[in-house]
Amino acid sequence: MTSVAAANPTLTTRPPRSGSPIATALAYFAGVVIVVVTVVPMLFIFIGGFRTTAQINGSPTALPHPWIWANYRVILTSSSFWRFLANSAEIAFVATALAVALGSMAAFALSRYNFKGREAVYAFFTIGLLFPLTVAALPLYLVLRDLGLLENKFGVAIPEAAFSLSITIVILRPFMRAIPTELEDAAVVDGASKLGFFWRILLPLSGPALTTVAILAFVTSWNFYILPLLVFNKTGDFTLPLGVATFQSQYSFDTARVFAFTFLSMLPTLMFFVVAERRIIAGLTGAVKG
Amino acid sequence: MLLLLGPAFILFVGFVLIPIAVAVYYSFFKWSGFGHLGHTVGFANYRRAIKDTVFDHAVVHNVTIALLSLFIQLPLSISLALLLNRRMRGRGFLRLVVFAPYVLSEAVTAVMWLMLLQPHGFVDHLFRAVGLGGLVTTWLANTHIVLYTLFVVVTWKYIGFGIVLLLAGLQGIPVEIREAAALDGASPWQTTRRVTLPLLGPTIRIWIFLSMVGSLQLFDIVWIMTLGGPAGASTTMATYLIDKGFQSYEFGYGSAVAVILFMICFVFALLYQRFALRRDTAGALTERVR
Repeated sequence: MTSVAAANPTLTTRPPRSGSPIATALAYFAGVVIVVVTVVPMLFIFIGGFRTTAQINGSPTALPHPWIWANYRVILTSSSFWRFLANSAEIAFVATALAVALGSMAAFALSRYNFKGREAVYAFFTIGLLFPLTVAALPLYLVLRDLGLLENKFGVAIPEAAFSLSITIVILRPFMRAIPTELEDAAVVDGASKLGFFWRILLPLSGPALTTVAILAFVTSWNFYILPLLVFNKTGDFTLPLGVATFQSQYSFDTARVFAFTFLSMLPTLMFFVVAERRIIAGLTGAVKG
Repeated sequence: MLLLLGPAFILFVGFVLIPIAVAVYYSFFKWSGFGHLGHTVGFANYRRAIKDTVFDHAVVHNVTIALLSLFIQLPLSISLALLLNRRMRGRGFLRLVVFAPYVLSEAVTAVMWLMLLQPHGFVDHLFRAVGLGGLVTTWLANTHIVLYTLFVVVTWKYIGFGIVLLLAGLQGIPVEIREAAALDGASPWQTTRRVTLPLLGPTIRIWIFLSMVGSLQLFDIVWIMTLGGPAGASTTMATYLIDKGFQSYEFGYGSAVAVILFMICFVFALLYQRFALRRDTAGALTERVR
């Protein structure tokens, strides 16, 4: 976000050094409450996975006694969990690759070529920001059916990529525009074609923005529920969000196993998040702030 | 140039715009999704939706969630962000924790809370432990409570995103401005109200935009936790739409509902862009969507 501080680099933007002691105490208190409210539910699910359903029914909030590894072991040695994981990964990978590849090509055309109707085409792509895929899910299903893309991973990945195009182009275009023309002229003088400039210079320079849009597309696809729900009928095709919901309704009598499965489904996301925290937060919040 | 723009254009038209056009077309037929369309029924599907009390309730539920977000979640997020915007130990850790629920899929969040909210489960136990056992109810089966239960789950998932977004906004406000206000004799409360909050305006307006669009399209969490029940007490426009299309095979009628939902989203987004976000000359969505 362009702010007062950005316009005037001499101003300080770090958080205030101190406040009243009461406010500081209150801040720590709020921090602790936030951590407890966020972490305890997940921890409860995690630990609950080490109990048996009989233990849970006997005393819902006690610690495991004894600790049971069976729930986690059974799930991790069964094929379905890994299957869901692989399906999610495949679809997210295809959706991300498509969105980034096609989005960066379009953003390049919209930022470094002059042609009639360029702004109109750009505005056209931004329509996608105004409504979410959920709204279009039912008609999209009909289109996919006519195209024979039901029960097909591409039937999920392609529309996800299409809906990610708007934000991809919106983030990439200003970024590519900001790269000086002199650089392009120099490349041309050195014998690069326009496409050579795009491939060898512009794309590498757009690295940070490309990472942002890739993370956005990947996380969106990874977490998507409604489209796989409509497209897939066979459990073997399910993605993780769909799988966890199905597992819950299938094994609703076995609370401990559902706990274990639920925690295992969160784990890949949480691990990815801890590893790439800075990029992810910057990407997901930056995407809306510009 | 066309080769660069073409693929993205085709994908976008095919999977984002055509579905909407298709929905408009089918909305004028009484169609089960299979076989011939038969004769057009004019606006009968639209009239039916407006008259259907279940759909009206769905609209009320969406609006209720939106208003609860605006009047509870937003003030809470702003207060927490203001409190946390200071130098504290563990700031980085706090940011990590508070943002974590946002990266989880809605599906896994829904399953987790479904388990925690089970009768005699974690939440019931917690209430009893702090002496509020009298308040315990069947959180997801009580028609008067279920919508508020869902709102709490939605808040758990999304409040962290708001806090991080607002914290980023606050960091764009130079300390010197607050200090200047303090020198002029403003109390901390006055500085917050008259200086900080107005400068945070652009961030708040973006939060409102995202939150309202999110509330309008609420689906995953509701579908997994309650299927819109019991007795339609938590139906949203999106669950109603999927229910009509895929449980009752009323694709013509479902299309009409999709178009209504699309129009609501679209009109809200356009008006909001035009009247609320346009003031924020500093970047944000306006810059791009124009």
